[in-house]
Amino acid sequence: MHGTYEANMAMQDCDVLIAVGARFDDRVIGNPDHFLSKPRKIIHIDIDPASISKRVKIDVPIVGDVKSVLDDMLECYGEVKSDHDKSLVKPWLAQIKEWASKDCMAFEDDGSFIKPQKVIQTLHKVTNGDAFVTSDVGQHQMWAAQYYPFDKPRRWINSGGLGTMGVGLPYAMGCQLAFPDSQVACVTGEASIQMCIQELSTCKQFNLPIKIINLNNRYMGMVRQWQEFFYGNRYAESYMDALPDFVKLAESYGHVGMKIEKSADIEPALKEAFSEKLKEKLVFMDFITDQTENVFPMVPNGKGISEMILAGES
Amino acid sequence: MENESGALSRVSGLFSARGYNIESLTVAPTEDPTLSRMTIVTNGSDAVIEQIVKQLNKLLDVVRVLDLNDGKYIERELMLVKVKASNQYQDEMKRISDIFRGRIIDVSDNTFTIEVTGSSSKLDAYLESLDSESIIETVRTGALGLGRGDRILKA
Repeated sequence: MHGTYEANMAMQDCDVLIAVGARFDDRVIGNPDHFLSKPRKIIHIDIDPASISKRVKIDVPIVGDVKSVLDDMLECYGEVKSDHDKSLVKPWLAQIKEWASKDCMAFEDDGSFIKPQKVIQTLHKVTNGDAFVTSDVGQHQMWAAQYYPFDKPRRWINSGGLGTMGVGLPYAMGCQLAFPDSQVACVTGEASIQMCIQELSTCKQFNLPIKIINLNNRYMGMVRQWQEFFYGNRYAESYMDALPDFVKLAESYGHVGMKIEKSADIEPALKEAFSEKLKEKLVFMDFITDQTENVFPMVPNGKGISEMILAGES
Repeated sequence: MENESGALSRVSGLFSARGYNIESLTVAPTEDPTLSRMTIVTNGSDAVIEQIVKQLNKLLDVVRVLDLNDGKYIERELMLVKVKASNQYQDEMKRISDIFRGRIIDVSDNTFTIEVTGSSSKLDAYLESLDSESIIETVRTGALGLGRGDRILKA
């Protein structure tokens, strides 16, 4: 639903699609009829037979553990004498490059407001892309996925398509307990973080120095985005007029609280939070972000994955 | 499936949670007292039936699932029908019931109760052959099925 332009176009336009343990959920494939409107071969590897051909008709079902299936496949691939012309893939790669040139992730930032995307980019820079990142659900979750490139497995921990608000903090606690010497960042929103806010007490009890990056836009952002795009700006029950002072709240639990209101302060604040000085402390960083920012690209509900709305198009 | 309390509710819960239609359902213990056999009549497209079978197989209480339609099978259902049978209707009632090999198992001044067994479509036909005005009450068990010959459903 919020994948990059080139990723969605490639998934729709390819000839063969290999799904490895994916469940073809509606957030990923959009409208199932539109998904199948471009005929292509779909190969699905999954351990659960009930997931295969559940949402879209699969051409080659393979029931099994992804690990062993892929090992076997690589063995078979090695044995097959292939004389296929490798240059055939060049036009496809060129096409993908052309789609990527749209630069769908670009956002406007004149420094007058804190852009949530900038916070995530800076987080990546400050942590060298090495942190464990957990998140809750909503716009912040999408931005964390889009702007923090991960190159190691099991660093990006969130509820994905299950969309359970409240997991960010407990997930971060689990990571910190398992990897006490690693940097753990919980990217969250002001609505999500309040669902399990009492766990700040558990963090104190077990000395878990996680860094909470609260992207505070004073809205339930994702709900408001849908209301803006599809429901004529009828903002029902998505505003947050009754927020606590998060800095005071974090301090009352014995942690460090920071409130960041200016764009120029993003990097210094993150650097301080992840510094040696605050290595043993949980830091709650309340970023007051631009309220009007939306997540792009977006596949509207019921549309196909190639029918995305891009930034500047709505 | 396991002959345990909760097994029936898990299966029917699966159907209701996913919106699959249960036309009829019958269940009873088998010759093996640890196991029950449940027969469900449902309808849906091939894709829906495929999902039902797969989802049932995922339940811990379910030991084996068989779609009887995949081969030859025998189907039977039992029905009791209470009909108006005052004087002028009696002979007619008896005549129709004989044609369908039904048996009259209860008689009173104004009513007969007839027991009919057969495939579900035979029972449907029997009900249609009766004058709808004369039917007072009906109760059906739901269809049972068994594979023909060597086709066996065993744990």
